[in-house]
Amino acid sequence: MSSEQSGSPEHSGTLREYVTGFVLAVTLTAIPFWLVMAHTFGRSSTTAAVILVLASVQIVVHMVYFLHMNTRSEGGWTLLALLFTVMLVVIALSGSIWVMSHLNDNMMPASMHGMHGMGTMHDMHDMP
Amino acid sequence: MSNESATPAGGAEAPRYYSLHEHHPQNGTLLGFWLYLMSDCLVFACLFAVYAVLGRNYAGGPTGAELFDLPVVAVNTSLLLLSSITYGFVMLHVQRKQLVPALVWLGVTGLLGAGFIYLELREFAHLNADGARPQRRAFLSSFFTLVGTHGLHVTFGIVWLVTLMVQLGTHGLTPANQRRLMCLSMFWHFLDVVWIGVFSVVYLMGVLP
Repeated sequence: MSSEQSGSPEHSGTLREYVTGFVLAVTLTAIPFWLVMAHTFGRSSTTAAVILVLASVQIVVHMVYFLHMNTRSEGGWTLLALLFTVMLVVIALSGSIWVMSHLNDNMMPASMHGMHGMGTMHDMHDMP
Repeated sequence: MSNESATPAGGAEAPRYYSLHEHHPQNGTLLGFWLYLMSDCLVFACLFAVYAVLGRNYAGGPTGAELFDLPVVAVNTSLLLLSSITYGFVMLHVQRKQLVPALVWLGVTGLLGAGFIYLELREFAHLNADGARPQRRAFLSSFFTLVGTHGLHVTFGIVWLVTLMVQLGTHGLTPANQRRLMCLSMFWHFLDVVWIGVFSVVYLMGVLP
């Protein structure tokens, strides 16, 4: 990185970085919108999987080109904090979705007309 | 953490395992602010988890596919993305100590953010007019909580941005102001990262059959 000369080394980028990040981000945003609005894939699960993958890639692009994440900033502490947070987020998200989908499946036969839990997990219930 | 190792100042002295120099007092703020952003990230993770669990509980009402207006969301997304790169331009001018261009790009960033908030409020108003209020269905409760929390963050970001513009106009590019600009930069880009999750999970995956 060419940011060593400025007063605050880690968080200031270059024009090249910002433009690269912007072009990548626009591409990674346009593709999922196009996929959904043009109904490219027949199966919802395929579209959902592609959307999630593209979103993850775009988050990394933003982290690298806009937030200037690297292994050296603040002696690696920002990256360490980020990794720890990612771990907590993954546990919270996957745990909630997993537990609640099992709960839904197990409650389904017993629940009455309202069935408030129905269709919670898109990839479990709404296969066309 | 460049000089935290033992600095042998003299041959006979015992090795010293601490840094002689107070390094980068302003980096303390940046790391602290980063930690705040990470805790904010956990807040959003919880809201995303709630939406993932409840987001399809329509209770017989209209679904996301019937309620969401994807072209408006696409415009909203591009506004926020554009505001990210214009804030990048702010930081580039701050690096070169150019106050006026930095102020101009800050203003552009603020306007783009305001446009985003305007479109989001308009969407909320339309939903409300259609009877899709937060208290109607679990899907709408989780939707309004998640998207509303993000919108609230952007709103406070704009308040912060305007405050900084006033401070920059009064005091110029002082080290304190540069530090504040850096924190707002992190905050602004972080909100864009959260929005990636919102438009992917809530809007795009929400309209899938």
